[in-house]
Amino acid sequence: MTIEALKEKITALFPAVTFEEGSQWPTVLVEPTDWHRMAEVLRQNESFCFDYLFCLTCIDWKTHLTMVYHLDSTIYRHNLVVKVKLEKVNPAIETVSDIWQTANFHEREVYEMFGVNFLNHPDLRLLILPDGWEGKNPLLKDFEDPINMIKL
Amino acid sequence: MVEEIGSTADGNIILNVGPQHPATHGVLHLVITINGETIQKVEPHLGYIHRSIEKMCESLTYRQFIYVTSRMDYLSSHINNHACALCVEKGLQIEVPLRAQVIRVLMDELTRIASHELWWGAMAMDLGAFTPFFHAFREREAINDIMEETCGARLTMNYMVPGGVMQDIHPNFQKRVKEFIALFKSKVSEYNELVTGNIIFQNRMKGVGNLSAADAISFGCTGPTARGSGVSCDIRKLYPYEIYDTINFEEILETEGDSFARYMVRVREMSQSISIIEQLIDNIPEGDFQAKTKAVLKLPKGEFYQRVETARGDFGVYIVSEGGTTPYRIKFRSPGFSNLSALDHMARGSKLGDLVAMMGTLDLVIPDIDR
Repeated sequence: MTIEALKEKITALFPAVTFEEGSQWPTVLVEPTDWHRMAEVLRQNESFCFDYLFCLTCIDWKTHLTMVYHLDSTIYRHNLVVKVKLEKVNPAIETVSDIWQTANFHEREVYEMFGVNFLNHPDLRLLILPDGWEGKNPLLKDFEDPINMIKL
Repeated sequence: MVEEIGSTADGNIILNVGPQHPATHGVLHLVITINGETIQKVEPHLGYIHRSIEKMCESLTYRQFIYVTSRMDYLSSHINNHACALCVEKGLQIEVPLRAQVIRVLMDELTRIASHELWWGAMAMDLGAFTPFFHAFREREAINDIMEETCGARLTMNYMVPGGVMQDIHPNFQKRVKEFIALFKSKVSEYNELVTGNIIFQNRMKGVGNLSAADAISFGCTGPTARGSGVSCDIRKLYPYEIYDTINFEEILETEGDSFARYMVRVREMSQSISIIEQLIDNIPEGDFQAKTKAVLKLPKGEFYQRVETARGDFGVYIVSEGGTTPYRIKFRSPGFSNLSALDHMARGSKLGDLVAMMGTLDLVIPDIDR
C-alpha cells in the first residue's frame, strides 16, 4: 500500500486522527483514549497487518510526554509511526502488550524511566532499576542525581 | 521484589540463576520457578550493567555519542557505530564516499563473523564442550588482529564517524583479510565435524526452546533468533543501507524454530559473510575515506530513525533533534532486549537443563540489553 492509500484508509476508519508531515515514515497522532482500539485494528485489519512493533518509547517534552510506537508489517513491509500525547502529571495510557507481546518489556521500561502508568498491563513492575526506585524517573528532563551523575 | 530461594505453598521452588553465573554470559539475573525439573516461569531481572546510555547521550554531541554505543553490544561495536553514523548522516544529508561505504560493510561483516565465532565457542561451552572455544578463538583472534591494525582497537573500535570512517585502511588490510578468508575456509569444516554433526550436541538442541514464527514476530525477535523460526527479518535485505543492495548474498532461514535451527542459522551466516567479504575485498574503490563535514554538527529539528542488522538482529537508533548540537532524546532499540523477552515463553514446560541451550542460542549480550 502506498503512503497516501495508507493515510486515506486510516482517516476513513479513524476520522479524529491527524498526520504529522516531514518524517521518514507516515506519522499519525492519536488521542490516548482511542489508542487501544486503533492498535487492535492496525494489528488485525488485513489491509494493515502491522504485526511487528519494533520500537516503543517515550519523549519528555517538559510540558507533556509523547509515546512513540514504530510499527512494521512483515507481510506488506510498510511502516507507521503512532504518537500519543500524554499529560505530564500522572500520565496513563492503555497497554498494548495484549496485541504485541514485545510491548510487555518495553512498557515496563517506559514505566520506570518516565513514570507512565500502563493500564491493564499484566505485570507492571520495575525491570531495569533496582527495587525501591519508584517515583524517581531517570529519563525525565528534570531528573537530577547528584551522587550518580548521568549528565556530563 | 526478588524472591529468596525456597519453596512456595504449591510445591514450586524458586531458583535464582545469576547475576554471576557462567551460563548467563554476563550479569543477567533470572528468577526461575520450577516444579521438580520442569520450568514454570522465568523472570529476567535486568539492570546490573545499566549505564543510562540514552540519558548520557543527551549531553554528548553528535560526534561524541557514537563512542558510547560501542559499549552496548560490544561484540557488534562496528555495527552499532555504523547505525549511529548513518542516522546522523541521514539528518545532515551527507553523501558518504563509495570507498568509505565499502570499508564500512567489510568491517561490519568481519564483526559479524567475530561475534558469531565467540557465540559458537561459548554456546558449545555452555553445553559442556570446552575445546570448541579454543577453535573459535583461533579464528576470532585473526579478525581482532586485522581490526587492531586498521582501527587501533580490538573490541571497542570506534572506527565509524559521520561522513565515513576515521582513517584509511592499513596497507596490509587486504592481504590480512585474504589470509583470514583462507584460514576460515580451511577450518570451518572442523566446526561441523566437532559440534554440528555431534549426536549428543544435536540431541541437546533439537526440539528445545521452540518458538513459532507468529510468536517470534509478536515478541519482536529479530536476527538469527527469528530467522531460526522462518521469519524473514534481515534489515540488510529488507531495508538495504550502504551498498548492501548491490551485493549478492543469501538470507539464511531455517523453519524448525528450535535451538538447533537458531544454531544452524548462525553457522551458515558466517559463510555468507565470508562471501560478502570476498566480493568486496578486491573491489575497494579509490577515493576519499571520509566526506568533508563541518567541525560542529547540528542536526535539523526533526526525528531520524536508522535500522541496521547487527549480529543479534534489528538495531535501531532513534534521534529526536531540536536543532542543537546534542540530541534532545535518543533511543536505542536493542535486539537483545526483545529477544530476551521471548525466553519465558520458550522455557515454560521444559526441563531446567535445557534452559542453558535456549539462552545460548538467543546469543544474549547483557550490556546490549541493559544499555
